[in-house]
Amino acid sequence: MTSETGVGASVKRKEDKRFLTGKGRYLDDINRPGQAYGAFLRSPHAFAKIKSIDTAAASAAPGVVAIYTGADVAADGVGGLICGWAITSKDGEPHKAPAHPAIAVDTVRHVGDQVAFVIADTLAQAKDAAELIEVDYEEMTPVVDGAAAVAAGAPQVHDDVPGNLCYDWELGDQAAVDAAFASAAHVTTLDIYNNRLVPNAMEPRAAIGDYDSGNDEILLYTTSQNPHVARLVLSAFVGIAPEHKLRVIAPDVGGGFGSKIFIYAEETICAWAAKKLDRAVKWTAERSESFLSDAHGRDHHTTAELAMDANGKFLGLRVNTIANMGAYLSTFATSVPSYLYATLLAGQYTTPAIYANVKAVFTNTAPVDAYRGAGRPEATYVVERIVERAARDLGISPVELRKRNFIAPDAYPYETPVIMTYDSGNYPLNLDTALKLIDYDGFAARRAESESRGKKRGIGLSSFIEACGIAPSAAVGSLGAGVGLWESAQVRFNPTGGVTVFTGSHSHGQGHETTFAQLISEHLGVPIENVEVSHGDTGKVPFGMGTYGSRSLAVGGSAIMRAVDKIVEKGKKVAAHLMEASAEDIEHANGVFKVAGTDKQVTMAEVAFAAYVPHNYPPDLEPGMDETAFYDPTNFTFPAGTHIAEVEVDPDTGAVEVVDWAASDDFGNVINPMIVEGQIHGGVAQGIGQALLENAVYDPDTGQLLSGSYMDYTMPRADDLPSFKIETTNTPCPGNPLGVKGCGEAGAIAAPAALMNAITDAIGVEIDMPATREKVWRAAQSAQQAAE
Amino acid sequence: MPNVSMTVNGKAVSAEVEPRTLLVQFLREKLSLTGTHVGCDTSQCGACVVHVNGKSVKACTTLAVQHEGADVTTIEGLAQNGELHPMQEAFKEHHGLQCGFCTPGMVMSAIDLVKTHPNPDEKTIREGLEGNICRCTGYHNIVKAVKAAADNMGG
Repeated sequence: MTSETGVGASVKRKEDKRFLTGKGRYLDDINRPGQAYGAFLRSPHAFAKIKSIDTAAASAAPGVVAIYTGADVAADGVGGLICGWAITSKDGEPHKAPAHPAIAVDTVRHVGDQVAFVIADTLAQAKDAAELIEVDYEEMTPVVDGAAAVAAGAPQVHDDVPGNLCYDWELGDQAAVDAAFASAAHVTTLDIYNNRLVPNAMEPRAAIGDYDSGNDEILLYTTSQNPHVARLVLSAFVGIAPEHKLRVIAPDVGGGFGSKIFIYAEETICAWAAKKLDRAVKWTAERSESFLSDAHGRDHHTTAELAMDANGKFLGLRVNTIANMGAYLSTFATSVPSYLYATLLAGQYTTPAIYANVKAVFTNTAPVDAYRGAGRPEATYVVERIVERAARDLGISPVELRKRNFIAPDAYPYETPVIMTYDSGNYPLNLDTALKLIDYDGFAARRAESESRGKKRGIGLSSFIEACGIAPSAAVGSLGAGVGLWESAQVRFNPTGGVTVFTGSHSHGQGHETTFAQLISEHLGVPIENVEVSHGDTGKVPFGMGTYGSRSLAVGGSAIMRAVDKIVEKGKKVAAHLMEASAEDIEHANGVFKVAGTDKQVTMAEVAFAAYVPHNYPPDLEPGMDETAFYDPTNFTFPAGTHIAEVEVDPDTGAVEVVDWAASDDFGNVINPMIVEGQIHGGVAQGIGQALLENAVYDPDTGQLLSGSYMDYTMPRADDLPSFKIETTNTPCPGNPLGVKGCGEAGAIAAPAALMNAITDAIGVEIDMPATREKVWRAAQSAQQAAE
Repeated sequence: MPNVSMTVNGKAVSAEVEPRTLLVQFLREKLSLTGTHVGCDTSQCGACVVHVNGKSVKACTTLAVQHEGADVTTIEGLAQNGELHPMQEAFKEHHGLQCGFCTPGMVMSAIDLVKTHPNPDEKTIREGLEGNICRCTGYHNIVKAVKAAADNMGG
């Protein structure tokens, strides 16, 4: 039975009150005693040698405390930034990892690369002084496009990376795919670009380094999705301080979407400078800096070919991708276009043979790393666009073609040809549910009505798959990950019955303080208002891996359930003693311990009190009620579903109106439906943003970021989007104790293909994202002319 | 340095400021009212919206010294005697916030919107919030919250 605050209830969020009353504590809201302010001088050039830096005038400016350049950082032995996932090229060579200094030493490689850090008593003084630094640059010709970077004669971004090639990696059975194509009745081809995006969490990145000289301890506040990982990297690889002398706090964080996973130059420098100066140093990004220096997302050039038999049954898929890594490797950049991408190219289908080749390349652009979905949106975009094109090529309805090729609901566990074992799902059910939600059968009439007004209406599907809950440590280790991907939890009862849950996950909008409290309320019978969730402070919570890849509930929630199991186990022993029974005879449900077959019972609160005031207590049992658990997943989870977009295009203006959106997603069991729906809304909005509006554009000649502000980079706004129709189906995940799959990224994965397929359906021509008015207008006009 | 005095959340305040100090900097740095956020540098995102003499204003786009004698309300001044404002209540009830960073500005804009349009339809709400960017919610639940608040505010 579901209680009002237990599993399955749309409990209103516990964290909302502080956010709604202005009492959230985001990083820039925090100040440390005696704090100085830092400002970065950033490169105005995409690619240049630094011939000299003259800081004399700036150093003499009012309030300036210190100015640091790359030489100062290097002289102090501060290590470069690292990439934590090793990829092996098909020739057996490890990926190329060129030096990535926190402040450039002799060469700048993208607009916005750090050149100097100015610290002053006030922020205004730091910025004023930064303008007085004279840098003598020798400009070089940049390359910004991934495909251009691998062409013969392209500028070389790093001297030690020939041909700008980070890796040339493959997955799948090439010979089997060749054989499939040889026997195919039909081959559909696709050549697409997955546009580069700027994540744009609304809170800009920021950091405060502080130093306690008495204890030789650095305290770093940073906008992080994974503070323990930041501590580990800054300690073990960058060499800022030993882990036990470095405390990292990620307070309230205003959105992440992947961009705050990574360990960046700015927080590194703040931590280092604080110790050097014995003074707190704060840096907060301006939005323009975020555009230039946050890790970007996507940026894939892809060609794909799908081989089919005469009935449209998929026989083989061949995919070639060039992935733009930017100027340097960000923390997990190498994994995104490889193991997070090609492993999902089976989609929801039984395609028996798949081969992918991915070339990751360096360019003179901001580094690219995981952004909401991370590789999986790129995979779904390839699969769902080529499937829709195949349907048009073959004259089969896109619904029918998908159904002919779906993995059957009774086929699990299902091993794909690209090393994944899907654990559960019901793809036809999701498709049918979405069709019903959008009234697919009524589309023809709606299209006719639009046409009567001179408009073109289109409908497009996207049946997406993702791999979430990353992931079994042994599996990711074997694929090159430098870390394990388990999660930690600690459930601590206070003597008076309240509970604090410490989690290694980090909430930056996902509502963990509520969802995780629901687990305790449900399983231990504690009123939800008596449960606090604590996260984001390496000085408080056990070492944890953080939040990304829709893993918090599947992995972090499972760790909480492990800790709950330990609490119950210990509670049974205490209860047995209190009721003078044997522990084997104690039954537990919802925070009540009963002696089986009797009406004797004690509550969790009584047991917890006895554990802390053990006057009457089992002699062989430790006092206290405080259990820690670590959970390592048994598999990825595989959320899946179908999204359907309906658009109306004005062929005279190119305006695309998203008139309807239906989504049917299978996230396994759902703890808080309200929060899950919110996650879908946000993901879909970001996917629509990618398909319709957003584009990080670098000028090919100068390497300048042309869409580097909200005046130029088109963020989705309230009047760009529709309301969404959403249902969830619930095939429990067999791989974790909660049966959950993860919902954070689904919308961003599913939406781009659905929307682009709808636009194609409307205007009859395929275009690349984003479908700007100009592009749509040109395509619609050319289609009309061709038809006349 | 010039001195500026105004009423913020019903309290008289006064401070010396550099002439270039923005209203949002005055609120955050001089008054420690950090609920008003800065999300961009081009007056596009709306995280900094406050009410000046009852109208919504992007506090990043105006200097503190321009508001001598003004009556300013920030997100911290909305709840009265521990009771949330109906707009705050509606955002909570309808899950109109996730990370919470855009929320103060969104709530302040929404209150002004409902004042101007007491019974707004979805289109009016969406157009009225066009100056506030949210990256988390996809706006779906914000629109629901504003509609519900408008109903509760007696529109």
